[in-house]
Amino acid sequence: MAGKGRGIAAFTFNLEALGITRGSMPEAQRGPTPLFPQIEYKPGPLKAGEEEDYMRALKQEMRGRMKDLPFNIKPHSGKRDVERYKDKYTSAIKKIEDGDWTPDWNSLPKELKPQRKIIKKKTDLKKLKEMSKKDKEDLLSKLDELEKRGDDKSDEEDEAKVEKKGDGEEDEIEGELEEEEVEEDNDYIASYFEDGDDFGAGSDDNIDEATY
Amino acid sequence: MTAQEERLCGLLLQEHFGEVVEKVGTHLLCNGNLNLRALVHETKLPLDLVKKSVCVLVQQGMCTFCTGRRGPGAPVEYQICGEKVLHMLRYPRYIYTAKSLYGDTGELIVEEILQRGQMTMSNTVSTVADRLTHNMPEGQCMDYSEVVTAFSRLVETHFLQRSAPMTPAGSSTSGGADSNPPSVTEPIQPETNPDCYKLPYINISGKGKRTRSDDGDAEQSTAKKAKTDNSESGDEGIYWQVNFERFHLHFRDQAIISAVASKLDQTSSEIVRTMLRMSEVTTPANAAFTQALSANEIFRSLPSTYNIARPILDQYLTLLVDDPVCLHIYSQIHATSFLMTVCVHLCSLVGLCHYLAMLCVRFGSRSARIFRLLLRKRHLEQKQVEDFAMVPAKEAKDMLYKLLSENLVQLQEIPKTPDHAPSRTFYLYTVNQLPTARLLLQHCYKTVGNLIERRLYETKENKQTSEKSMIITKIGISCSTTGRSPLSYTKVCVWSTCPKTLQVFVCSLHLVKLMSVNNCIDNCNRVLFSHGSSNARACRLK
Repeated sequence: MAGKGRGIAAFTFNLEALGITRGSMPEAQRGPTPLFPQIEYKPGPLKAGEEEDYMRALKQEMRGRMKDLPFNIKPHSGKRDVERYKDKYTSAIKKIEDGDWTPDWNSLPKELKPQRKIIKKKTDLKKLKEMSKKDKEDLLSKLDELEKRGDDKSDEEDEAKVEKKGDGEEDEIEGELEEEEVEEDNDYIASYFEDGDDFGAGSDDNIDEATY
Repeated sequence: MTAQEERLCGLLLQEHFGEVVEKVGTHLLCNGNLNLRALVHETKLPLDLVKKSVCVLVQQGMCTFCTGRRGPGAPVEYQICGEKVLHMLRYPRYIYTAKSLYGDTGELIVEEILQRGQMTMSNTVSTVADRLTHNMPEGQCMDYSEVVTAFSRLVETHFLQRSAPMTPAGSSTSGGADSNPPSVTEPIQPETNPDCYKLPYINISGKGKRTRSDDGDAEQSTAKKAKTDNSESGDEGIYWQVNFERFHLHFRDQAIISAVASKLDQTSSEIVRTMLRMSEVTTPANAAFTQALSANEIFRSLPSTYNIARPILDQYLTLLVDDPVCLHIYSQIHATSFLMTVCVHLCSLVGLCHYLAMLCVRFGSRSARIFRLLLRKRHLEQKQVEDFAMVPAKEAKDMLYKLLSENLVQLQEIPKTPDHAPSRTFYLYTVNQLPTARLLLQHCYKTVGNLIERRLYETKENKQTSEKSMIITKIGISCSTTGRSPLSYTKVCVWSTCPKTLQVFVCSLHLVKLMSVNNCIDNCNRVLFSHGSSNARACRLK
């Protein structure tokens, strides 16, 4: 041990005891192993025969058929910039494919079923609100006027009149309010359904048919 | 799931169901249980596509879902079963097995169900009958009842089973809450269903035949429509799926039979076949032994064509029982009868043969000899290996180290003194079977993955030339059928120059080779897998 200098491997035991002699050390490796290393032994022959051929043909056929089945889901093709002639036919084919398979929804979680799109009534709420605001202002101004006038005239008569008028107006307002409420209800439901449907792009492509 | 398996699953999914399903499937594989929202968010795919993909995966039986894992009211979570995805590799083998057992009808039934994941009986019967009729010569057609009998025979032998009724979310959680508080609706195993192998009554038999001449598409489509309109056949909602376990058992039995045939002789293999067949439905799938059978029973159910007399059968049975090396057929003297059970772990032996063969191929027969030696003697020192294997010391060392570096052989240190000094330590080489089998299995998966990728690459590279050659052959066919002058055909043929045709030929040859390698490896795969699982089971039993 002491006689050995620096840089020389200093084992505490005799290397020969492990059966390693000077010549039997493997060569140092330079660089990574090649991607396709040399094969020492030739691989055995492939199994051949009718059975194998048949199975291979089956595999090929199966692969081809699976491509045409409705289970092979194609990604959405991006929105086209120009309408093409073949689009008509591709969409027709797609419709046929979609109609080919309907999963049994009873055995699947509800959330997987494509939601039916609720057809929203197109109503301009803002306009309506503005309108009603205007009406209210009109009404108020009218009432003010009536008040001023009412000072002069006998109370009871006028009151009846105002009430009559007011009633009429109120009826109108109420009618409007009701309409608004209806609209709001509608809006609420729509947005509720949207909730599950809205995240992720392309959800608009959910056709109302629950089939694909 | 290891990385190799995941990669292979991805490739298979893509090949069969397209990119979208592949993306969803691999994401599920990598991440375990996920709910729909997370899935959509993480895959960054449109919601409807994700929904469709999950539907496809559930339909194919590869994906299961459960509710309420994280308390009541939690969203439905989906998980994918990688093993089932890997079964896709073996679809042709299942189909071929069905063909060899039940003929063309069985083949088509299994093929249709494999392609669609699960189908109702009536649907299967009508589709298969249509396909068979289509292939028959004009004027003949397939009777529905024949298909029904084939179907029922497949069910009787448990090759087909009802798919487990998936309880839709919500409805079941309320019911289960009373019995057990955590109320997790786990996916149900099909075997728990008592009606698993019970055929429903379908009134499809009355319809009998259906002619489907290929006159025109219009007629076909109207016929189809008519068929779908009155498809109230009484078995809606009862879906059938392929029982993969049963197929694997069948493969295992075949392996045992062939092993016996090569070890002993044809007659004894026939006896073993009879024994296995007698107990194939009655023995549970994961049992270590088949049911006990008496020699009388075996004699009675031997096919009469073999002409084995009773004394000869007894002789064969004693031979099988006495065989020291390979056959683990146990006999018990039970009362008066002779009870025989076939040890199903025999397949571990077949597995061993497989990896010995693999070793032979990869490292040469002498390395395989060392490996076999280690298997038999369990623990050996290096010196002993050199002596027993009858290989020159230097070469033996080389091979041993190579095996060690490939992890096929393990090294165990047993120090004589506590200081672990190498000179005072035994170095014992051993073979650890189960890890080795797993290792080889992973190698196989990697190889299959590589093969698929290579095939995709080859087809992509040679797409143009192969398409061209296809067009040319098509033109040739149309020329010959329409009787046009062959001049135009020769003109067309000029397109394809000699090197091009050669290229196409070489390419197709490559593809054929790749696919057959694929099949071979799959065979190996299967054996290794069943070996691994049976060994694991044995370990658990111990």
